[in-house]
Amino acid sequence: MSFAKLSEIIELSEEQKVPFWQIILQEDMRERNVTKDDSMQTMQSMLEAMQEADRTYNPELKSASGLAGGDGARLEQYRKKKNRLLGDFLAEIMEKAVKMGESNACMRRIVAMPTAGSCGVIPAVLLTYQEQRQVSQERMVEALYVAGGIGEVIATSASISGAEGGCQAEIGSASAMAAGAVTYLENGNNEEIIHAAAFALKNMLGLTCDPVAGLVEVPCIKRNIAGAVNAVVASQLALAGVRSAIEPDEVVASMKRIGRLLPACLRETGQDGLAITESAKKVEARMSQEWDITG
Amino acid sequence: MNLFDIIGPVMVGPSSSHTAGAVKIGYVTRKLMGQPIASVKILLHGSFLATGRGHGTHFAIVAGLLGMKPDDTRIPESLELAKAAGMHVEFGKIDLGERHPNSVELILEGVNGRALTVVGESIGGSLINIASVDGLEANFSGEYPTLIVHNLDQPGHVAEVTSMLAHKSVNIATMQLYRASRGGNAVMVIECDQEVPKESIQWLEHLEGVEKVTYYSLQEGEEE
Repeated sequence: MSFAKLSEIIELSEEQKVPFWQIILQEDMRERNVTKDDSMQTMQSMLEAMQEADRTYNPELKSASGLAGGDGARLEQYRKKKNRLLGDFLAEIMEKAVKMGESNACMRRIVAMPTAGSCGVIPAVLLTYQEQRQVSQERMVEALYVAGGIGEVIATSASISGAEGGCQAEIGSASAMAAGAVTYLENGNNEEIIHAAAFALKNMLGLTCDPVAGLVEVPCIKRNIAGAVNAVVASQLALAGVRSAIEPDEVVASMKRIGRLLPACLRETGQDGLAITESAKKVEARMSQEWDITG
Repeated sequence: MNLFDIIGPVMVGPSSSHTAGAVKIGYVTRKLMGQPIASVKILLHGSFLATGRGHGTHFAIVAGLLGMKPDDTRIPESLELAKAAGMHVEFGKIDLGERHPNSVELILEGVNGRALTVVGESIGGSLINIASVDGLEANFSGEYPTLIVHNLDQPGHVAEVTSMLAHKSVNIATMQLYRASRGGNAVMVIECDQEVPKESIQWLEHLEGVEKVTYYSLQEGEEE
């Protein structure tokens, strides 16, 4: 059984005097009946798959709808300008988030974390951090266990599915996972890890899932940026000693209730929100014209 | 759910249900065939039909039928690869009524003449359900070795199959029985904890009253 509460992970971590990530590792070994090496090699392969996806971004690709592709290259060019708005760290996070989201839309190989639609959030934060601070692969693997532990709690006690809980369940969960992981890399303690996750999740509560033409493109790709930037902001808050007034596990429970209260028309059904705008209808009309499946 | 359902899976995008799940439906169907596919009619239903193009569902199903898994980077090129492999592919629409919105009916012919019809549903995440095989209910996930026996609705066939499995030390995880009509066509769908030996499947095929045996193995490379 996965953990249902973040506080359970912390209690075990303190009881056994081992770090947060090792509690998640032990749980995986028990759950899947595998050795420590097996589990860590699998996690390493996830890290390598996300690194490869980032490295092999192709700016020439366009998604089938024509809506997605090429923005990663635009952000990369802008990042290299001298007088740009944001600093290196945030500029590269934005760029990596969009690149991964575009790669997913263009049928490249990605790692769903926790879902395909939110696959850019965690790599954007963690790979940027690794490149700019020279972090070892081993430590990155540890950070992914932290992210995975937070994700498991959210999946168990709330949801990671847009159809069930709206976008807060996908980008929101990914953002909380990334916030906890980067806090670990910054040597944050257990409390700081889960409060960073709580800050990130609170900022995403109520977010709807209303993508254009039912595709994982608009607004999903750019929302990966929002989730990634939100994660590092949340982490800095926690590292600065600020604490969430709402207990982290109560934030997760709130997300579940809010997801249930979201009307079905805003949970991946295409019945309202951005999905029924004039612009969205134009895309749909063009696509259904081109999609002559029997031809 | 385990840790690597959260950090993972590695997959070709964009959608776990409309792309990765669709590859799996094709892959399981290919295994059920037990031989390369000469021709296939792919009939899309519901959301697979409505949003399939944008999600590459058509590429995904064909990729699975060619034996690819959801992380295979050749998925977007599957239509060309099918052509090169001599697999004739035809697309169409279908209304499968109450089936899951992400469903497809596959009507196949194998290179050795075997015919097979499968309805597959992509039920969320990248989980799938094979809803029917040759028009009879099936409902299995493709997570276990699965034995599907089509037989006449007569006394004794279930006992024959289950005693064979007991004899081969194969434990049954789940078992379902359906029939079209009393004394008519019936089907057993048995998910197992171990693989069923090939000679046992051949033995079943020759039993009187058994009309067809289809087997889904988790092992790689199963060519007849």
